[in-house]
Amino acid sequence: MSRHRIVRTMDYKDEYDGYDDVYGHSVDDDHCISPTDAQQWLYDRERGRQSISTFISKNKDIKEEGEHDEDAEDEAYEKARRDSESFQMPELNEMDQAKLSSCVDEVRSVVGDTVSERRIVETSMKFDYDIQKILDEILNGETKKSAKPTLRPKVPVPIAATTVKSASKPPPPAKISLKEPRRGFEIASPKLPSSPVVSGRNSPVEVGEGDLSRTSASLFKVSKDQSQRNAQQLYEKERADQKSHIHMIVIGHVDAGKSTLMGHLLYDTGNVSQRVMHKHEQESKKLGKQSFMYAWVLDETGEERARGITMDVGQSRIETKTKIVTLLDAPGHKDFIPNMISGATQADVALLVVDATRGEFESGFELGGQTREHAILVRSLGVNQLGVVINKLDTVGWSQQRFTEIVTKLKSFLKQAGFKESDVSFTPCSGLTGENLTKTAQEAALTSWYSGRHLLDVIENFKIPERAIDRPLRMSVSDIYKGTGSGFCISGRVETGMICVNDKVLVGASREQAQVKSLTMDEFTQTSVFAGDQISVTLAGVDINNITVGCIISDPQTPIPVTTRFQARIIVFSVKVPITMGYPVLLHHQSLIEPAVVCKLTASIHKSTGEVVKKKPRCLGSNSCALVELETSRPICIERYADFKELGRIMLRVAGVTIAAGMVTKIR
Amino acid sequence: MKLLGKYVDKGMQGNVTLMPEESEDMWHAYNLIAEGDSVRSTTIRKVQNETATGSSTSSRVRTTLTIAVETIDFDTQACVLRLKGRNIEENQYVKMGAYHTLDLELNRKFELRKPEWDTIALERIEMACDPTQSADVAAVVMQEGLAHVCLITASMTLVRSKIEVSIPRKRKGSVQQHEKGLAKFYEQVMQSILRHVNFDVVKCVLIASPGFVRDQFHDYMFQQAVKMDYKLLLDNKSKFMLVHASSGFKHSLKEVLQEPAVVAKISDTKAAGEVKALEQFYMMLQCEPAKAFYGKKHVLRASESQAIETLLISDNLFRCQDVNLRKEYVSLVESVRDAGGEVKIFSSMHISGEQLAQLTGVAALLRFPMPELEDSDDDDDEDGAAGGDDSDSD
Repeated sequence: MSRHRIVRTMDYKDEYDGYDDVYGHSVDDDHCISPTDAQQWLYDRERGRQSISTFISKNKDIKEEGEHDEDAEDEAYEKARRDSESFQMPELNEMDQAKLSSCVDEVRSVVGDTVSERRIVETSMKFDYDIQKILDEILNGETKKSAKPTLRPKVPVPIAATTVKSASKPPPPAKISLKEPRRGFEIASPKLPSSPVVSGRNSPVEVGEGDLSRTSASLFKVSKDQSQRNAQQLYEKERADQKSHIHMIVIGHVDAGKSTLMGHLLYDTGNVSQRVMHKHEQESKKLGKQSFMYAWVLDETGEERARGITMDVGQSRIETKTKIVTLLDAPGHKDFIPNMISGATQADVALLVVDATRGEFESGFELGGQTREHAILVRSLGVNQLGVVINKLDTVGWSQQRFTEIVTKLKSFLKQAGFKESDVSFTPCSGLTGENLTKTAQEAALTSWYSGRHLLDVIENFKIPERAIDRPLRMSVSDIYKGTGSGFCISGRVETGMICVNDKVLVGASREQAQVKSLTMDEFTQTSVFAGDQISVTLAGVDINNITVGCIISDPQTPIPVTTRFQARIIVFSVKVPITMGYPVLLHHQSLIEPAVVCKLTASIHKSTGEVVKKKPRCLGSNSCALVELETSRPICIERYADFKELGRIMLRVAGVTIAAGMVTKIR
Repeated sequence: MKLLGKYVDKGMQGNVTLMPEESEDMWHAYNLIAEGDSVRSTTIRKVQNETATGSSTSSRVRTTLTIAVETIDFDTQACVLRLKGRNIEENQYVKMGAYHTLDLELNRKFELRKPEWDTIALERIEMACDPTQSADVAAVVMQEGLAHVCLITASMTLVRSKIEVSIPRKRKGSVQQHEKGLAKFYEQVMQSILRHVNFDVVKCVLIASPGFVRDQFHDYMFQQAVKMDYKLLLDNKSKFMLVHASSGFKHSLKEVLQEPAVVAKISDTKAAGEVKALEQFYMMLQCEPAKAFYGKKHVLRASESQAIETLLISDNLFRCQDVNLRKEYVSLVESVRDAGGEVKIFSSMHISGEQLAQLTGVAALLRFPMPELEDSDDDDDEDGAAGGDDSDSD
């Protein structure tokens, strides 16, 4: 209809006159259909009967099928029959006939009823009744066509649940070694692919891990492209000419000068323009807080600036000669440790900033100071390499004595916390004056005793950790926001695997399917991203309300387990009150914070040998090690530590104090 | 609750007439009524009449019925108690043995007859009828993106609303989204306070959060109140109290109730007392593990040796269907009292009560250490837990 019709003055009666005869009868009447076409769509009783009768008369020796096959395979059989119904046996001599029927029987016994009669017969004739070849051909063709599971459940659904229970015998809690084979408690009997619904308290996730790889193809369809590409090759192709990425978190006690140090580093490496810096200088002067001018580079919200402390993890990046470093500036204040944890889960290496000022270092390092807690936290979150920065050394006149005093204290502590001595370096510097940041030290008082590396050099020397690019995709969501244009963005770090544009992914515990519309890394659009990258993804096909911070994006072919109850091996830090059954805790897992309850103390174990000291202890005191079961109120995505190191680590916190760290050993 | 009549004979048989006056009384009634009791109350029933000609009419009649209770249903959020059972007193509308569901209503009396009244039940009546115990506190525990608006009454903590908003993180060059998200979140919390907090009843409103969220929210709320002219908020500004909490999850209410400033203000509420008692238990477990025990078996054995100084017991254990199990717990309480011990019955609707219910529901602080209890390794610790779990109301 033309846009320029004058609708207002239109006479509707006239307009619709023409339509009447169209609406009157079916459109089909106007077209004719050829008899052959018609036959294809019309049901002809004779046809089916004839084919069956010939089939029976010619295959007298056909075996009766087992009953269990019949009811379970109904669906597949139905499909196969449609194919074989209109199929007539080829005319053969007696000898061949016998060969053929035995062939068909043989093949049937292997593949069941999933393959049509016609296909078997044709293939058998093609390969001259060679069973081996026929099977090869049929099975290969089958897997290529679709990854339809050849095994189907042999029991009705309710019984399946009970068999599963009995089949998954609980491994003895006495010897929990983390190196048990990957599918240690796999469930033997095949199960129905469960619908991807959130499981309740008493119905743990039915889709076992082992099953997923097999059933997921029918659960979640993915494009051939996505399922067959080789991540490692792609990675080498795309990233060969680029510098390697590393994520570094800056931690330390409140007011140790983390933000200032990073701000100054950014400024010195030319990542902050002169103009912006000038603006910060002017504004901070106005507030009478000139010493905060560098910190303002990273502390952007009004609240943070007014109060002069970092509250959320600030992010920026610098480029060194060989690396691209993403700086994560963690808040030091006690109340913002949850933010710091979510930042630390994304980091590969850490920079611990300590204040050298007299009294300040001590207050940060003594019990309750964040220097201690942060260092233990990042270690338990899997950070191995640590650069220690002795900041504000200018306030004590670049005294060597003070430097060595702090270094000795920290060294013994860090060793206790589990850092290797070779992975820890100590650098004196001043964040405010910029001494020893990007250039070797100039100050005479410092150069007289220090000739080591400057900070940028230390960062340069961090080793790049291995990236699990070959593994299935896992990405934790740390932020959700409205992007420019349509849809919304989530950002986070790709823990393992890779994502390409247009991939299908599963979101969170609800396992909703979404499509990747675009990928950006550091404000540049990408077509594919790999493990270790900090990215933002624009998703389509999922509601923004169904994504929460902390949920995991996973590969549709190997979805992440979803559970409300799991077993973990925990190390209890120094606690004021012991952990008992029913102890409510906050569970930190990646960026996720979820209330949980310690619902069972399975066993307390020896710290170093891993032997069970006592089964079912009454309570867990400070510095003990134990196997416990945790239950969350909502289902969460979690992996066993043995399968995915990154996603198997947890933290337990109570009343603002980290009480335990642990790893997931078993998922219910 | 008002006690209108009490006729309990020496054999502990008899009936009690009560009138619930506020929603919390329903909770008490829920704890009083057990299966097998008979309840008499006025109710509305649909009655069908068939006339001689065969046409039938149905009408709603208000009548007084007595039923033998078979099923008890309690909605914690709406505080509605439903009792289902068979009619045991025939009247002109309802036949003997016909099923009826009684909806206990506020300000309508009901008569409760038990085959046996135990001390726990009688105490509960006394407690319910004590007018001094009603002290309502509203609490908002929040963190960025998450808030719980709770009402704390003498024996219940009710989560009136849970607000969960995902707030975009600050990122280079787009702080606005963060600030906009935050403002939206605060607005929702404020609306929820306006909707759910009855300032006539509530003594004070606690705003608890980590960091500066509470200050920010407080500022925002009163700015908005001035701007939009919310009289209700402005008049009650003095009732607001800012406290520290480590997170916005429900169980950080426990920290809030331990805060010295809060304790001073709401000193005598049951909730605060329970939190303190449980904390004492945990402290004892840390310092002298041989003097603190939990689990039915351990506690019973400690009671046998008259060692219990303070018994902590969750009221969900008394709500269990099994009459014998209830009797066991009642006798435990009585024996501890006889031995001069103190008994604290926790409400399973409070945070600390929830925790105790998870901790098998019963715990005890002893007068003297009994290390032999610990050594007697036993495998049926779960028995107590199972007993506690099945009757958990929420």
